[in-house]
Amino acid sequence: MLPIRPRQKTVRDDWAAYMRARADAARDAAVKRYFATPLPSWDTPITDVPMAALDMETTGLDERRHAIVSLGVVPFTLARITPARRRYWVVKPPRTLFASSITHHHITHSEIAGAPDFDAIINELLSLIAGRIVVVHFRNIERPFLEAAVRARRGEGVMFPMIDTMSLEARLYRQTWWARFRRWLGRSPVSIRLNASRSRYHLPLYQGHHALVDALATAELLQAQVATHYRPETPLGDLWC
Amino acid sequence: MDAELMEIRQHMSQFPPFDALSEALLEDLAGHIEVRYFKTGSDILLLNADVDEFCYIRSGAVEVYRRQGDLYNRLGEGDIFGHFHLLRDHVVRFPARAIEDTLIYFIPDAVFQRLCDADEHFADFVELERPRLETAAEEQREANDMMVTRIRRLLSRAPVMVGVETSVQNAALKMSEDQASALLVTEPCSEDTQRCFHNGHEMCRIRGIMTNSDFRTRIVAQGLPAQTAIGDVVSRALISVQADVSIYEAMLAMLRNNVHHLPVLHRQRPLGIVHLSDIIRYETHSGLYLVSNIFSRLSVEGLARLAPDVRAAFVRMVREGANSQMIGTALSTIGRSFTRRLCELAEESLGPPPVPYAFMVNGSMARNEQGIVTDQDNALVLDNAFDPEEHDDYFRRLATFVSDGLDACGYTYCKGDIMATNARWRQPLDVWKGYFREWINEPTPETLLHSSIFFDLDSAYGEAGLVEQLQDLITEQAPRSSRFLAAMARNALNRTPPLGFFRTIVMEKDGKHNNSINLKRRGTAPMVDLIRIHALACGSSAQNTFERLDDIHQTRLLASGVSDKLRYAFEFLCMSRLRHQAIDIDKNRNPDNNIEPENVESSERHTLKDAFQVLSNAQKFLKFRYPMAGGQTERR
Repeated sequence: MLPIRPRQKTVRDDWAAYMRARADAARDAAVKRYFATPLPSWDTPITDVPMAALDMETTGLDERRHAIVSLGVVPFTLARITPARRRYWVVKPPRTLFASSITHHHITHSEIAGAPDFDAIINELLSLIAGRIVVVHFRNIERPFLEAAVRARRGEGVMFPMIDTMSLEARLYRQTWWARFRRWLGRSPVSIRLNASRSRYHLPLYQGHHALVDALATAELLQAQVATHYRPETPLGDLWC
Repeated sequence: MDAELMEIRQHMSQFPPFDALSEALLEDLAGHIEVRYFKTGSDILLLNADVDEFCYIRSGAVEVYRRQGDLYNRLGEGDIFGHFHLLRDHVVRFPARAIEDTLIYFIPDAVFQRLCDADEHFADFVELERPRLETAAEEQREANDMMVTRIRRLLSRAPVMVGVETSVQNAALKMSEDQASALLVTEPCSEDTQRCFHNGHEMCRIRGIMTNSDFRTRIVAQGLPAQTAIGDVVSRALISVQADVSIYEAMLAMLRNNVHHLPVLHRQRPLGIVHLSDIIRYETHSGLYLVSNIFSRLSVEGLARLAPDVRAAFVRMVREGANSQMIGTALSTIGRSFTRRLCELAEESLGPPPVPYAFMVNGSMARNEQGIVTDQDNALVLDNAFDPEEHDDYFRRLATFVSDGLDACGYTYCKGDIMATNARWRQPLDVWKGYFREWINEPTPETLLHSSIFFDLDSAYGEAGLVEQLQDLITEQAPRSSRFLAAMARNALNRTPPLGFFRTIVMEKDGKHNNSINLKRRGTAPMVDLIRIHALACGSSAQNTFERLDDIHQTRLLASGVSDKLRYAFEFLCMSRLRHQAIDIDKNRNPDNNIEPENVESSERHTLKDAFQVLSNAQKFLKFRYPMAGGQTERR
């Protein structure tokens, strides 16, 4: 189980103002373009929101010591997930730090050896997610790693609103009176990991730990969560963070 | 394709029709799907909506409905639906709803068309579904209706008949008066009872049929005088059917022989004439594909490939709420069609038979009670002109051809060797009559076993008259032999229903199916045996258990209400068995006659017990009615 420890305050009250300010201040062209593309506002019904499920494999859990190895992105909406428009990249970590942590992901050394540096994919990645709400399962990996990796190469990081399917699960299964009562009884808490969460919605078991498969799995999970606990008219602001 | 979409590709590649796709097509397919999650109870396809894609069920379960809203099909993981709409006008005719939380892969029309163009197997798969769907949707009546409804239902009046001496002018006048488009021409007949009937004045038989167009081509076009005797011009090759055949069989008889009028007979007596338009009026043009498929197959291999369709038809009937009689009749019709087609194929390869014969079917097929788990019981009744030295080689080869063919089509060989391949069951009519007389007059344990199989008998192909004479012999002789009936009764008591000491259900403990009940051995079969005895005792010639109950009900043999109870109990036991077999097939298990109590809902369990109790009480009555059976204690 990954430790859940929020290391930084990532929730912004007014994402629109933040995005505008970053667009004005940005020096890197790709970063500027990204922030200049408006996102759906907080009151947009979720059914109208264009989204992109994102997942990454890393060499470890600490963005200061570890690096991104692969990324998968699948654009989707509440009505349709479109794998045809998927993107998947394998990137080479800047330091030879993957030897000890190769077990975290399935990518082979030779794949990494032939891969480009993360810098080569930033432009394409940012243009793919521009205007879309990024959906992840456990934002405390994706958000700091992306921020650090872009900052290291372009001198300025990226921060943006995300929908975190794990925190939606936590709201439902960790923060209710019933969950507290269970804990008080000494029962172990309900698992909110990706596959355990998916099984609660009768979604099929996928082979995990592939960034693209996990991105697809996350998109399906969000569709299931909204279909089960929310409504198509639920405003985006109720879900993002 | 990049390896990343293996998850999707891997799954689809396991299920038909995608399992047969080339790698390149599979890649194209998996790369173009779109995904959506549907909560239990939500609509996937709405009636009359425009569609531009079809659906693959990645997980969950879906129900597909007819336009009127009744259930058409229930689908699960790996099934496809909605492709029919792409073949037609891209409008939803069969709405679909998720009945479990469901993940759907949508496949766009462009990919669908590419697959149809590039892969013949795929095109066949999606198009074969089409006539079934059309049938299901565009008919008020069930698809199997034509197979279970008998042709006599379409008869509205007795046939117009004239004697051979009648002038063609008078015959034409009679047709005009009666507004008939065909008439039957009869001639007196002497002692040959096999082909004769009594028309109210005398014994006669049908010489032939005259139709409107015959009057044109055989009389007017030839310039014959009005006083010509009709017997001189009548068409002698008479194609007729028995009143009991299904509407579908009758239609096939017309199509195969290229006739539009079909006399319908009960034994030899004409009951009426059916015109092709009567059938077309009854049934819309879509028709039923399975039986016609059987008759269009040119080889045993071709026939064997239809076996999955039979299973599919069976499962559909169970799902659509057909009762056991409909299902039994439909499956028996299919079985007879296989048998008949195999006989035709055998004759094609062996040449015409040296003497007339009837291919007799016995057991459940003769009773019109066939299930999906069935072996073959059959025999050959040969004309008395049969000479073993000269002719047996032909019939042995014919029997082997048919029997091997049936086995290939899913009707396994009879374990008791009750098949036409056994020389003992390939005999001229007189020998058969001897068998039956001996069994009735001097019953032994072995002959009693034969009686319970052979006393359900019917002709599937050839000279039906040969088998009918045996039916007559049984109907006539069995009621007179109380010793025979008592022995049969004793035999019927050997298999008791699984009611334990405290009326709880007792499981079979035969090793293989522990903790299960064999519904056939402990339920339906003893019931069939018991009802057959009562039916024989009251001289009924019916073969079907429900029809036998009708006949028994006419007599005062059973206390009032008992035959109704037996009917309900029998229906319930049959349906339980068929339902469990349908579930087995659905779950890719081999269907059998066993039910496991954990798969039985408690309400069904109670009704099962009640049904077994009815059987048990009926067996007690049988023991009382035939005291010779009293010596044997009831086995538990």
